[in-house]
Amino acid sequence: MATGTDKKLQENRIGLTIADYKGGKSTLCGGCGHDVITNAIIRAFHEMGVEPGRVAKLSGIGCSSKTPTYFIDRAHGFNGVHGRMPAMATGAAVANCDLRVIGISGDGDTASIGMGQFVHLLRRNVPMIYIVENNGVYGLTKGQFSATADLGSKLKTGIVNELPPVDLCGLAIELGASFVARSFAGDVKQLVGILEAAIAHRGTALLDVISPCVTFNNHPGSTKSYDYAKDHEAPVHQIEFVPFFDHPMVEQEPGQVREVQMYDGSVVRFRPVEEDYDPRDRHGAWHHLKEAAVRSEILTGILYVDERKPDFLKLLDLGPEPLVHVGADKLRPPRSALDAVNASLMEG
Amino acid sequence: MDMAGSAAATGPRVNDFSVRVATVNGTGSQSANVVLLRTLFRMGIMASGKNLFPSNIAGLPTWFTIRVSGDGWIGSRRDHELVVAFNRETVAEDVQAVAPGGLVYADDKLEVPERSDVTVHRVPFTAIVREACAEARLRKLVANMAYVGVLAQQLGLDMEDVEAAIGAQFENKPKAVELNLATARAAAEWASGNLPRQDVFRVERGNSTEGKILIEGNRAGAYGAVFGGVQVVAWYPITPSSSLAEALIDQLGELRIDPETGKATYAVIQAEDELAALGMVIGAGWAGARAMTATSGPGISLMAEFSGLAHFTETPAVVVDVQRMGPSTGLPTRTSQGDVLSLALLSHGDTMYPVLFPAGPDEYFSMVAEALDLAARLQTLVFVAADLDLGMNWWIGEPFAYPDKPIDHGKVLDAKDIEKLTEWGRYRDVDGDGIPYRTLPGTPDPRAAVFTRGSGHDEDAHYSEDADNNIRVLERLRRKLLGNVDLLPASVVEGRHGEKVGVIAYGTSHWATAEARDILAREGLAMSYLRVRSWPFDQQVLDFVAGHDRVYVVEQNRDGQLAQLLAVAAPEHAARLRSVAYCGGLPLPVEVVVEGIREREREV
Ligand SMILES: Cc1ncc(C[n+]2csc(CCOP(=O)(O)OP(=O)(O)O)c2C)c(N)n1
Ligand code: SF4
Ligand SMILES: [Mg+2]
Repeated sequence: MATGTDKKLQENRIGLTIADYKGGKSTLCGGCGHDVITNAIIRAFHEMGVEPGRVAKLSGIGCSSKTPTYFIDRAHGFNGVHGRMPAMATGAAVANCDLRVIGISGDGDTASIGMGQFVHLLRRNVPMIYIVENNGVYGLTKGQFSATADLGSKLKTGIVNELPPVDLCGLAIELGASFVARSFAGDVKQLVGILEAAIAHRGTALLDVISPCVTFNNHPGSTKSYDYAKDHEAPVHQIEFVPFFDHPMVEQEPGQVREVQMYDGSVVRFRPVEEDYDPRDRHGAWHHLKEAAVRSEILTGILYVDERKPDFLKLLDLGPEPLVHVGADKLRPPRSALDAVNASLMEG
Repeated sequence: MDMAGSAAATGPRVNDFSVRVATVNGTGSQSANVVLLRTLFRMGIMASGKNLFPSNIAGLPTWFTIRVSGDGWIGSRRDHELVVAFNRETVAEDVQAVAPGGLVYADDKLEVPERSDVTVHRVPFTAIVREACAEARLRKLVANMAYVGVLAQQLGLDMEDVEAAIGAQFENKPKAVELNLATARAAAEWASGNLPRQDVFRVERGNSTEGKILIEGNRAGAYGAVFGGVQVVAWYPITPSSSLAEALIDQLGELRIDPETGKATYAVIQAEDELAALGMVIGAGWAGARAMTATSGPGISLMAEFSGLAHFTETPAVVVDVQRMGPSTGLPTRTSQGDVLSLALLSHGDTMYPVLFPAGPDEYFSMVAEALDLAARLQTLVFVAADLDLGMNWWIGEPFAYPDKPIDHGKVLDAKDIEKLTEWGRYRDVDGDGIPYRTLPGTPDPRAAVFTRGSGHDEDAHYSEDADNNIRVLERLRRKLLGNVDLLPASVVEGRHGEKVGVIAYGTSHWATAEARDILAREGLAMSYLRVRSWPFDQQVLDFVAGHDRVYVVEQNRDGQLAQLLAVAAPEHAARLRSVAYCGGLPLPVEVVVEGIREREREV
C-alpha cells in the first residue's frame, strides 16, 4: 500500500497526479459530508485514469450542487437550476457521447423539485454517474426536511417528520436503472470502490450517498447523522474493484465471491458480508432493501447492477462519433435535396 | 366597399369568394378540405384554407373555410358566400353566416332555417355515399368527399384536377384513392343532374400558383430545422406544435442519415415535460450542439426558469412557439399572437431574447434555420414566434430558399485556439460587440475548461457577488442583443404612402393587414405599411413609427402586446400608436382590420 504522501505524487495510467483532479477550495461547512464525497470522486477519477478534459460535471442547486466546483477543475461544469440537472445532463450526453458525465444533486434537488426528471433519467438509462448527496434536509435553505427524511426523524427545532421517506434506490431499481448503489460519507473506502465501478459502467449509475449535514441534521434524533448512519449501516458485501488496465485476475475460492464484469472490462468482486447477496437479482435487491428498512438498517453497497441493458444513446441509434463533431456538410442536406422538396410541394 | 355585398347584384364572382364547410370532427373532413385546396392549387388559383376545429378527438363541430382569390389575397374572411352544411348542431348558425345572395348546400336530412336572401340546395349526401361506397364501414371515411364532388360541379373545378388531388392526398393507398374518387364523382354527377347550373361563383383556371408550393405550415418550420442543421431536438406534445416535431422526425429520417455510416446525424427526444425539453436543449447547446424544441403557450410558461438560465449563461437554444389562444389552457385549437410579451422578456430578472415572426411557410422555413445560427452567434436563446394559423393550416406560398450562408457555430475556441492565447475569459468582450468566446466541454486543453453557472459570475466565469461586476455583466448582456439587432431578420416596408398614417403588422397578421390596407386605400385612406420580422426592433421600425402621425398596430391578442413593446422602444412617439388587436382565436379576419382602422380614423 502506498502511503498518503507518495499517493499524492503517484501518476495514474495517463500520467496525471491526484492534483490534476482537484478543484477549487470548498466553501461548505467544515465536516460536511459533501466534502468527503468530493474527495472520493477525486480519488476514483484519478485512480481510473479518466481524462479530466472529457469529464462534464453538472448539478442543480443546493449545497451539494455547489460541489462540482470543488473537483476536477480541468473539466467543464454547469451548475444549472434547482432539480433540473437530469435534463441538462441528458442533453449533454446525447450531444457528445465522448463526455464522461457526472451529475451531483441533493435529496431536495432530486427527491422533491427534481423528482420528475430524475425518474425519467433512470428510465432512459442515460450514460452518466448520478450522485445524490443525501442529508435528509435542505441544507442551503437552512435545514427544512427533505423528502428522504425518515419517518419520526427529528429536526433540531424539535419538529418531527411525519411523512414516509422516498427511497431513491428502491425507486431506481423499480424503474429499471442499470446501476444502483447506496453508500455513506463515513465509509470512504466503500464509496471509492463504488465510484470506480460506476466509472466502469455504461448507463445511469445512481449513487445515493448518506452525507450528513453537520449544521442542520447531525444531532441525536436525526437519522442522517454520522453517528446514526455508522450504527445502522449494513453493507451487503465488500467490494473489490479490479480496473481493466490492472493486474490479471487472481483465483478466488469458489462460492465465496461473485464477479461482475463491467462495460469497460473492469471486474467487480463482491464478497458477501452475511447472507449471500446477488447484485444482479433485481427482485432480490428490492426485497433486501425493503426488509432492511423495516429493521431500520441502511443497506449499502452496489445493490443492483445490469451490464446488458442498452443505454439511451444506443436506443437513439447514434454512431460512435459525437453529434457535435458531425461536419457541417452532413448537417445541411445539399441544395439538390431542397430542390427536390420544393419540386414535390409544387405539385400540390 | 362591401366585399360581402349581394352576389347576384354584383354579377359573376370569378375566383373571388369564400366557402364555409361545417362538419363534425373525426369524420375525415380534413382530407376533403385539403383535396379542395390541392385542386385549386393545381388549377393555378390562389386560395387559402383554414381548419377551425375543436379541442377534442371526435364528435364536435368543425369548420373549414376556403378563400378563393384571383387577386392573391389569402387572409381569412368573416363572411362566406357559400356554405356546406353537414352538421345538425350548427346548421342554424351556418346558414346565418351566408352572405346575402349566397348559396347553401345542406344535407337533406337537416332542418334548414328559412332565409329569403340565400338559395338553399338540399343534397342527399347519405344516399350518394351509400351508392358510391359498397362497404358500409368505410362510408364514414369517404362521406366528406361528397361535398367535394358537389362543390367541384357547382364551382367548375376540373374533375381531372380533383382526381389528381385525391391521388396526392392518399398517396400509396390505391383503395382509398378509388373509394374517395368514386364518391366525389358520384356527388358531382348527382349535382349536374339535380341542381340548377350555378353561374355566379365560378373558378377559372389561372397561373397564379405557378412556382409556388402547397404545404402544411409546421412541415415548413420542420424543414427549416432540417436544413438549419439541427442536431438535438427535445419536445413534449402540445397542440399546435406537435405536428412540427412529428414532421421533423420524418424529415430527419429521410434527409439526415449519414450515407457513409447509416447513422443519424441528429437525436430527437420526447421529453417528460417542457421543463425537461428546454433543459435537454440547453444541455445539448452547452455541449456544442444545435438544439431546439417546439411548444406552445403552456409550455412557454413552464420554460421560464430555464430560459433565464440560457440567457444568463449565454447558452445557445432555439424554441419554436406555435402560439395558441390563452391565457391558461385557453382555446387550444385556436390561433393567437398572445405570447409576444412573454417571449420577449421570459423569466425573472432582466432578460431579453431575440424573437422572430414568420408570416408564411417560406419564412417559417428560413427563420427556424436562421434561429439556429443566431442562437450560436449571439449565444442566447432565440424564439421563433409562429402560431396555430401558420402551423396547422395548409398554405400556398413561395418555395423554400436554400440558406445562402454556411452554418454558423458562432465564436467557439478549440484547443488549438486556446493554446495560442496567453489568456482568455469566457465572458470577456474581446471584440467590442458584446459577444464573448466560448469553449465546449470535451476540449482537451485544461485551460479550455469553464464552469458555467446561473449564479453571479465575472468575466472569467468565476463566482461573483460583486456589485460593480454584476452591473457590468448585465449591461453587456443588454448591449449584446441591442447592439446586434442588425443580425436579426430586418423589418420590411411593404409600401410607403405619404407620411400621415402607417400600419404595422407581423407574423400571420400580415395577410389580413395587407388586404385591409388595399380595401381602405380604395376608400381613400392611404397607409404606409411596415412588417416587423423580429424583436428587438431595428432602426427602420422606430423611424417608421416616428415618421407617421398615426400608426396602427395589428395583432392577434387582447392587449396589443407588440404595440406595447413599440411604446417602450419609442416612448417619445408612443402617442402615435393605435392598437388594433383581435383575440377571437380565428385566423385574423380581414373585416376586423378594416373596421378597426376605419372606426379609429373616423374619430380623428
Ligand atoms: C425554483 C427554486 N425553488 C427554490 C429554491 C431554493 N433552494 C435552493 S437549494 C434548495 C434545497 C436544496 O436541498 P438539497 O438538494 O437537499 O441540497 P443540500 O443543500 O441539502 O445539499 C432550495 C429549496 C431554488 N433555488 N429554486
Ligand atoms: S449547511 Fe449542511 S449541507 Fe450545507 S454545507 Fe453546511 S453542513 Fe453541508
Ligand atoms: Mg439535502
